[in-house]
Amino acid sequence: MAIKINKAPKGTGLKPVVEKMSGVNLDACYQCRKCSAGCPVAGPAKSAPSEIIRRLHLGAGDELLENGLVWMCLSCETCYGRCPMEINFAAVIDALRSLSLKKGSKTPKGNMPLFNRMFLANVRIFGRSYDLSMIAGYKLGSGSFLDDTEKFPAMLKKGKMALLPPSGADKKIVKRIFDRAKQGQGKKK
Amino acid sequence: MKYAYYPGCSSHSTASDMHESATAVARALGIDLVEIEGWSCCGATAAHQTDRVLAASLPAANMLLAKQMGLDTVVTCAACYNRMKVTNHEVYSSPAIQARVADALGQPYDGSVAVRHIVEVLLGDVGLEKLRQSFTHSLRGLKVASYYGCLLVRPHAVTNFDDAENPTILDRLVDAMGGESIDWPGKVDCCGGGLNLTRTDVVVKLSGSIIDMAKESGADCIVVACPMCQASLDLRQKDMQKQSGRRYNMPIVYITQLLGLCLGIPQKELGLNRLMVAPTAVLQSLGAKA
Repeated sequence: MAIKINKAPKGTGLKPVVEKMSGVNLDACYQCRKCSAGCPVAGPAKSAPSEIIRRLHLGAGDELLENGLVWMCLSCETCYGRCPMEINFAAVIDALRSLSLKKGSKTPKGNMPLFNRMFLANVRIFGRSYDLSMIAGYKLGSGSFLDDTEKFPAMLKKGKMALLPPSGADKKIVKRIFDRAKQGQGKKK
Repeated sequence: MKYAYYPGCSSHSTASDMHESATAVARALGIDLVEIEGWSCCGATAAHQTDRVLAASLPAANMLLAKQMGLDTVVTCAACYNRMKVTNHEVYSSPAIQARVADALGQPYDGSVAVRHIVEVLLGDVGLEKLRQSFTHSLRGLKVASYYGCLLVRPHAVTNFDDAENPTILDRLVDAMGGESIDWPGKVDCCGGGLNLTRTDVVVKLSGSIIDMAKESGADCIVVACPMCQASLDLRQKDMQKQSGRRYNMPIVYITQLLGLCLGIPQKELGLNRLMVAPTAVLQSLGAKA
């Protein structure tokens, strides 16, 4: 994949902050592309792990946060598993996701941030995941009501989806964790 | 054999069958699984995609409870297993993360609780010899594709589960049950589970190609040890048919369900009725042990 640069980018781009957040040394990458060869979503995401790293080398800024791989990455970690330099690319993607949320970047088709918000909102309330409420919230937010609806009756009947919310978790500690994590997000990382 | 048991959220929803079969198998083998009282969600993918401190603190809260019980933690869900192991690694290797997790929990956690997947306990602590002696039934040559997915084996330096590219724990259990574990190339491929609701088309394509590979390699069924893999492969076969035009009817069973059958545990206690694709081939193969 050819990467075109129109002009010299200002400053150093996202690379230093991504390295700090992920604890990864991106200079170790020599573009062997084993990561990209094994990436299951490089096709639909129209990007690849080695390309993201190269873009960061070349001074990419906030525009990189709208790259398809940022939210389509499955965290399968095949890239990390096969990297001869043991670069934890999954941690790089997680850092880009955190930055994308912080800066309110555009997200591609399929709204992972919305899904994550719904999932975590239920965990915060019940201390455990509540699939029915989480899915309803995601469908309301994304307007995808009709997808998969034919599966719900069978899943309910077979006990693969609970009607009632979960109980039994220590909700106090879960709430404390969410509150503290949120406070931490305000601070400099 | 006594362990702190962390069932995970899916044990009450999509993976109720794994929970049922794992606890039934444990009972039959004299393994004491003591459920961690007050356990909460590990945060799963949603937490680690959002915030590093949140992602480490949620699993740490549960491991702290296990630590107070003085027992190793046993997990059935591969995602919970992964999050707990990664948390231990992060807390252990980064003093900064350890300090922030301690702040979130209100007490320190040092990353020292041993976390094990149920299949590691079955193979390592119970052992093939005792399992073979306990089986009353056999799979009589059933051809089984063992599918491990991502979360058990990667990152391997952290999970240390069997082998990174060619794990054989499930294969060895299948062979011990009288089945035939087949050689196939899809063992550690990704099912796409993380995009289940957001990009279903990608999940259908990735999971479909895994079933295709298993089928072409001669499998009668696929055995799994991860609730996400099971859901993607079992629940979406009609979608795969729609996308590719090919017919799909591949049973996707949990390793604990197969073990339960061979231990003579009634089907109903193993949640076999909850599977979307009926495990007909599995049940047909089952016979009294020779």
